[in-house]
Amino acid sequence: MAYTKSVPRIWRERIRKYRLLGGVCNDCGKVFYPSRRFCPRCGSGNVNKVTLPRTGKILYFTVIRNAPTEFKSFEPYILALIELDNGARILAQLTDIDLEEVYEGMPVEAVFRKYKEQGRDGVIEYGIKFRPRE
Amino acid sequence: MSINAAIVGYGVYLPVYRIKDVEIAKVWGRDVRRVPIKEKTVPGPDEDSLTMAFEASLNALRRAKIPPIEIEAVFVGSESPPYAVKPSATVIAEALGATPKLYAVDMEFACRAGTTAMGIVIGMVSSGIIKYGLAIGTDTAQGRPGDELDYTAAAGAAAYIFSNPGKDTIATVEGTYSYVTDTPDFWRREGETFPRHTFRFTGEPAYFTHIIGAAKGLMEKMGLKPSDFNHVVFHQPNVKFPLRVAKMLGFTMEQIKYGLLTGEIGNTYAAASPIGLANILDHAKPGERVLIVSFGSGSGSDAISFIVQDGIESRRHLAPYVEYYIKRKKYVNYSTYAKFRNLLKMR
Ligand SMILES: [Zn+2]
Repeated sequence: MAYTKSVPRIWRERIRKYRLLGGVCNDCGKVFYPSRRFCPRCGSGNVNKVTLPRTGKILYFTVIRNAPTEFKSFEPYILALIELDNGARILAQLTDIDLEEVYEGMPVEAVFRKYKEQGRDGVIEYGIKFRPRE
Repeated sequence: MSINAAIVGYGVYLPVYRIKDVEIAKVWGRDVRRVPIKEKTVPGPDEDSLTMAFEASLNALRRAKIPPIEIEAVFVGSESPPYAVKPSATVIAEALGATPKLYAVDMEFACRAGTTAMGIVIGMVSSGIIKYGLAIGTDTAQGRPGDELDYTAAAGAAAYIFSNPGKDTIATVEGTYSYVTDTPDFWRREGETFPRHTFRFTGEPAYFTHIIGAAKGLMEKMGLKPSDFNHVVFHQPNVKFPLRVAKMLGFTMEQIKYGLLTGEIGNTYAAASPIGLANILDHAKPGERVLIVSFGSGSGSDAISFIVQDGIESRRHLAPYVEYYIKRKKYVNYSTYAKFRNLLKMR
């Protein structure tokens, strides 16, 4: 049986999944995603929440051909490490793209899409993916 | 009480995928010369009316230049919500960052719900209940495979932000009129995937009667005639109906040209006339008068007239034009279309 997240957990994670809400460190200047209490570079607690830019470029990518059951209908898909315009990095699924189109350095933009459906009668999970930017 | 509302932001969204009507006709053995439109939009497998509504709303916010938290109402008009019970409006509002001080609800009136959402937001803004409100028309419509609707049922969204008229206003609302009767030309029962329709009703007693009723009603109420408008957009289930109703009412091709997009994108249902209105705003000049008349089966029409304001010039380039989305496309064949639209039973 496929692992499915509990509805309370999906609910707790919704803001982070729906919005590109990151953090910026007031001590070392690091911008990161998702937002958290302490800076991942210098450990400072002097961080602010910030809405990240919706555009960036692909640093690395990998093609997922044996997806977990709940992602089967989207398979094969591309998982990419993306650097946003302000330097923050985010790992996300690509969409609206064929496998042969993707390349390192490709400009991309954030979109709001369906992540997965917990069966025919379960909840639908939504979140950020990235697509090629013209 | 007079109307005190204006469009301060607008935005649209169309999926990137297209299917040509000729491709559909070949599969079903229909004469490829007798298809209703050229091509239509197809939502990707991870898109639905909710995700498209979000993208259109984000574009509207870009033009409105306000923080999302200032939005105090989100009304979503759609006949294809992802859930039978559970609002899309809450997810859209949460993703935009407009929660929790908010009026929000989903509305259904077939292809008419988008303009009805606009009418309600116009009322709430005019009365002073809210300062900024978002009205959305969005649909990922489905026709039964091979049915006439399979050739036109498309996907798209349009979003409008209204507020009191100010110095950077895009278009002020001049008047509204609504015309409604119980005319069952098209319906979909709970739990059914595809709609049913009665061809006898679709034309005369449904589409034409209601659009003409609303358009004439508005013009009589406002003391206006067709030649007073620079642009007009009608609901467009195909190309033929809006052309015919324009002629019946006394509008010219010149007035209808920017608003008529079905031939290129298909029938986007609740988004259809609002997307046409957006394309008009993409091209209109300050001072021009614009008329939108929707139609929703069941049946009803909303007519709203706008006067374009100076703010259009400095705001329209802040988000992608309708034209951008029309040109941004990737063709799919019928089997990919069937897979995307879940027309294959895989269980
Ligand atoms: Zn730091």
